Amino acid sequence: MPIDQSFVGRVYPPTAPYEVGREKIREFADAVNDPNPVYRDPAAARALGYDDVIAPPTFAIVMTLPAGHQVIDDPELGIDYSRVVHGEQRFVHSRPVRAGDVLQVVVTVDGIRAAAGNDLVTTRADVTTVAGEPVLTAFGTLVARGKA
Amino acid sequence: MTAIAVGAELPAQDFPIVRGDLVRYAGASRDFNPLHWNERFAKSVGLPDVIAHGMFTMASAIRVVTDWVGDPGAVIEYSVRFTRPVVVPDPEGATLHVAGAVRAIRDDGLVEVDLTCTVDGQTVLAKARALVRVPESQRESM
Repeated sequence: MPIDQSFVGRVYPPTAPYEVGREKIREFADAVNDPNPVYRDPAAARALGYDDVIAPPTFAIVMTLPAGHQVIDDPELGIDYSRVVHGEQRFVHSRPVRAGDVLQVVVTVDGIRAAAGNDLVTTRADVTTVAGEPVLTAFGTLVARGKA
Repeated sequence: MTAIAVGAELPAQDFPIVRGDLVRYAGASRDFNPLHWNERFAKSVGLPDVIAHGMFTMASAIRVVTDWVGDPGAVIEYSVRFTRPVVVPDPEGATLHVAGAVRAIRDDGLVEVDLTCTVDGQTVLAKARALVRVPESQRESM
């Protein structure tokens, strides 16, 4: 059964604050095999005008993916996680994530549509500092494959 | 490099991916879906073998842009569509090939880049696109 369109616009509560640490950024940069010093060396980051090391462009997924599980796990939407694949991902940055940021994520159901027997659910994750400064928005489209 | 112009190519790169990369990415990203490390599980759901995290592929591909522009914080937007799983057999792995080209230069100076992401000649990320702030001082020298 297709997912009900009326869930579009549903907003979930802000996630617990996530404190971005230098070592987590380094770990993530190592894990994507990216040697750029701006992810590791505060002096290299300062040379580019940043207060501290910045994170790679997709780093926020460490926060937004778990936050998005609020949608997948929402019993009212009835998504079968075992049939979900990641269809699309988009990041829109106001500024890079940097070490020392304390961030929270507010997830909204941005869109629901049916295509080729599958349900496509787009989630919007607004990432801000706990003080309310916008940092980025991540849009993820989940494809819930229809049952054969 | 010559001045940025529509159609200008970014230096292409090859990214080898082996099973250990996926285990490390799972830990760093906290995405422990067994599709990305457990061959038995991957095969049980009809895949030929373990597949890379889409987000690992996405993170790898943007390096063609960040290495080109120098400042990764200049990437304002980045989007992809995951079209085909990257199968990572052990021990041989897979090689992601990423090429980039300037799609458009906006009136505000922001540069749109299209990325072409293939494994064995087959597209794995479609509509891979970045919007980049290129400092004015660098525009002529790139």
